[in-house]
Amino acid sequence: MTAATWGWLVLLFPLSGSIFLGLTFRVLPKKIGGLVGVGAIVAAFACGIAALISLQGEPEESRHVASSIWEYASVGGFQIDLGIYVDPLSVFMILVVTGVSSLIHIYSFSYMQSDAGYTRFFSYLNFFVFSMLLLVLAGNYVLLIVGWAFVGFASYALVSFWYRRETATKAGMKAFVINVVGDIGLVLAAILIFRELGVVDYASVFEKAPEVFSTNQWEVVAICLLLLLGAFAKSAQMPFHTWLADAMEGPTPVSALIHAATMVTAGVYLIARSYTLFELAPTAADIAAWVGLATLLIAGTVAIVVTDLKRIIAYSTMSQIGYMFVAVGIAGYAEGMFHMMTHAFFKALLFMSAGSIISAMANMQDIDKMKGFWKAMPFTAVMLIIGAFALAAFPGTSGWFSKDEIINFASLRGGMYSWMAAGMLVGAFLTAIYSYRILFRILPGKPCPEAQHLIDTGHVVHGDPVNPHTLEPEDTDVGYPGEHHHIAEQAPGMKIGMSVLGFLALFAGALQIPGVTEAVANFLEPTFENSAFAGVLPTEAEALYGLTKGGLISIAGLVLVWFIYMKRPDLPAKLIKTFRPLYTLFVNKWYGDELIEFLVVKPVKGFGQFCNRVVERFAINGLTTGTAGIVRSAGGAVRDLQTGMLRGYAVLMLFGIVAIVLYFLIRSI
Amino acid sequence: MAIEWYLVLSALLFSIGFIGVLVRRNPVVILLCLELMLGAGALAMLAFSRMLGDQDGQVMVLIVLVVAACEVVVGLGLVVAMFRRRLPLDVDDMKELKG
Repeated sequence: MTAATWGWLVLLFPLSGSIFLGLTFRVLPKKIGGLVGVGAIVAAFACGIAALISLQGEPEESRHVASSIWEYASVGGFQIDLGIYVDPLSVFMILVVTGVSSLIHIYSFSYMQSDAGYTRFFSYLNFFVFSMLLLVLAGNYVLLIVGWAFVGFASYALVSFWYRRETATKAGMKAFVINVVGDIGLVLAAILIFRELGVVDYASVFEKAPEVFSTNQWEVVAICLLLLLGAFAKSAQMPFHTWLADAMEGPTPVSALIHAATMVTAGVYLIARSYTLFELAPTAADIAAWVGLATLLIAGTVAIVVTDLKRIIAYSTMSQIGYMFVAVGIAGYAEGMFHMMTHAFFKALLFMSAGSIISAMANMQDIDKMKGFWKAMPFTAVMLIIGAFALAAFPGTSGWFSKDEIINFASLRGGMYSWMAAGMLVGAFLTAIYSYRILFRILPGKPCPEAQHLIDTGHVVHGDPVNPHTLEPEDTDVGYPGEHHHIAEQAPGMKIGMSVLGFLALFAGALQIPGVTEAVANFLEPTFENSAFAGVLPTEAEALYGLTKGGLISIAGLVLVWFIYMKRPDLPAKLIKTFRPLYTLFVNKWYGDELIEFLVVKPVKGFGQFCNRVVERFAINGLTTGTAGIVRSAGGAVRDLQTGMLRGYAVLMLFGIVAIVLYFLIRSI
Repeated sequence: MAIEWYLVLSALLFSIGFIGVLVRRNPVVILLCLELMLGAGALAMLAFSRMLGDQDGQVMVLIVLVVAACEVVVGLGLVVAMFRRRLPLDVDDMKELKG
């Protein structure tokens, strides 16, 4: 079979899994539902590997296949196919998406065990993965938008999965609305592409674009900026970042899925996919990189001060996605993709470990209350350490190789990009601080009551179900989290998922060791071979110098955090006191929510109220009641004719008929 | 016999029936008068049919008779219903359908 056939199969499995579970979730036994959900994604992963093998069997110049099964629309020279485009980039994305999703599904199989919406959950999860696969496999910009919107919807369904929790439904709506803003940008970009080039499928667009556009011509800059609008919203970059932290309301596997495998990496993929356009519009590409840099710094500072375990990881995602945006913005596509892959591994691992700890805390997420989990949950603790060390780019871990590759690439480009490299080094230091902070806050010390309970009895604390944010009491019926909590130590499914990811987070860096291998870059080369910056490669010495620098920064962070939290436990409070304004700024997330509230929500609400008061009340009401009034008065004018007198009607009928007959008689004479 | 006599008779019967519909108030009588009008029409039809030597008119009259029978069934049904509800048998009192 060809790579395209495998590509279609990759799409088929999650879609049919989702539909099947969606239709039968009421009657299907839990176990079968879970197995179908997991099986569909594992099958998709297997097909992804088959696609990889069949693609690698081709000669390098023909490693891209377009395949279409349906003509979606064909109007006046405008043709859209329901087609996919299989090339190294999409296969790379497929493998990361389905691979990490498989592990997350296996983890959820155990983690969600006691939830009343178990099978429904797997139906949504499968749909989420299907949407993301459609997004990365789509062969033209229109189908890309379809996948893009599906992802938005799936995130809404999953973030609000506990739909009777008000905070969760609100977070879901926020995610959806912000994503729709991005969708608009993407749709406008597709329209502009069609207007300027007359085609929407990737192969023709990238072939025609260099002929039609000159560098930085305003049309291509506009297209790229609109694409960026979509990418920023989906990937939670400034100023659209606020939804990602709120999306933590969903179940933990969903957070893992959103952050690691699906959704937030879509923006990075979009820029890498459209790199031909972005290289024609260097201004837009620079904007992408600068926004990525700003996001990675701002999100990093927030992650240092927030105390909600999942939110720390969420802000770290924004900041790592910021790195990827910088990478693809400065034309380091393979570097960005490599970081996306390692990030998927260690971020999914971090979320899974966090989920395990949150379970042990009976759904509490505040790290202020967590202590001593090193003793209580050794397996989870080891996995958390691996994840955090990889995130902090500790020498030897996968994150070390991928992150420093991006920084290296930036300093190689020189000029203002060297400033970016410096900024990213600061970001790397922030990353190290917040990563290690998680560890030192949670793992050592005297176990907190929940951890102690686990050590003493071997069972997880069974607290009364409450909403962790508002502390409102809840029940455990459908639409709320399940009754029992599952931790990795006691659930084999969670253990499997985390072990595999732990291995990958540690050793996936081996794919790209300077001077030894360049597996990822070589694999992606056919996609990016036309890039003007394909030749920008660091020498071995430069690469090693960069790695040393990054490793030292990470170790410096480790020492600093160790000193603050272990040697001088009084220091954090003092630091907060000294830097009160900064702390307030960070802990309020740089007032991003408030800014959006002030700039967007308030004016829109005000406009809505204006419409309600003026347009609705006077214009629309006047129009409708006016029409009704005319009809009513016309009716009143003729109602007296309806006397109800039968004989009167008969007389009228007689006169009428006589008149008609007379008319015809007279005419015939 | 010339056709005029038939037509005059038909016109007379029709007028008598119609005046009956207009001046009487008892629904049973009104129904009777309606039947008279239908009969008048049928008679004219028959006369023309004989004059033209065409059988279509005869067929038409048979259909009219059947329709008239159906109409009487409905009409008498209404009258019986009015009677059962002890409503006055007077069409001038039945005018709740006015606008």
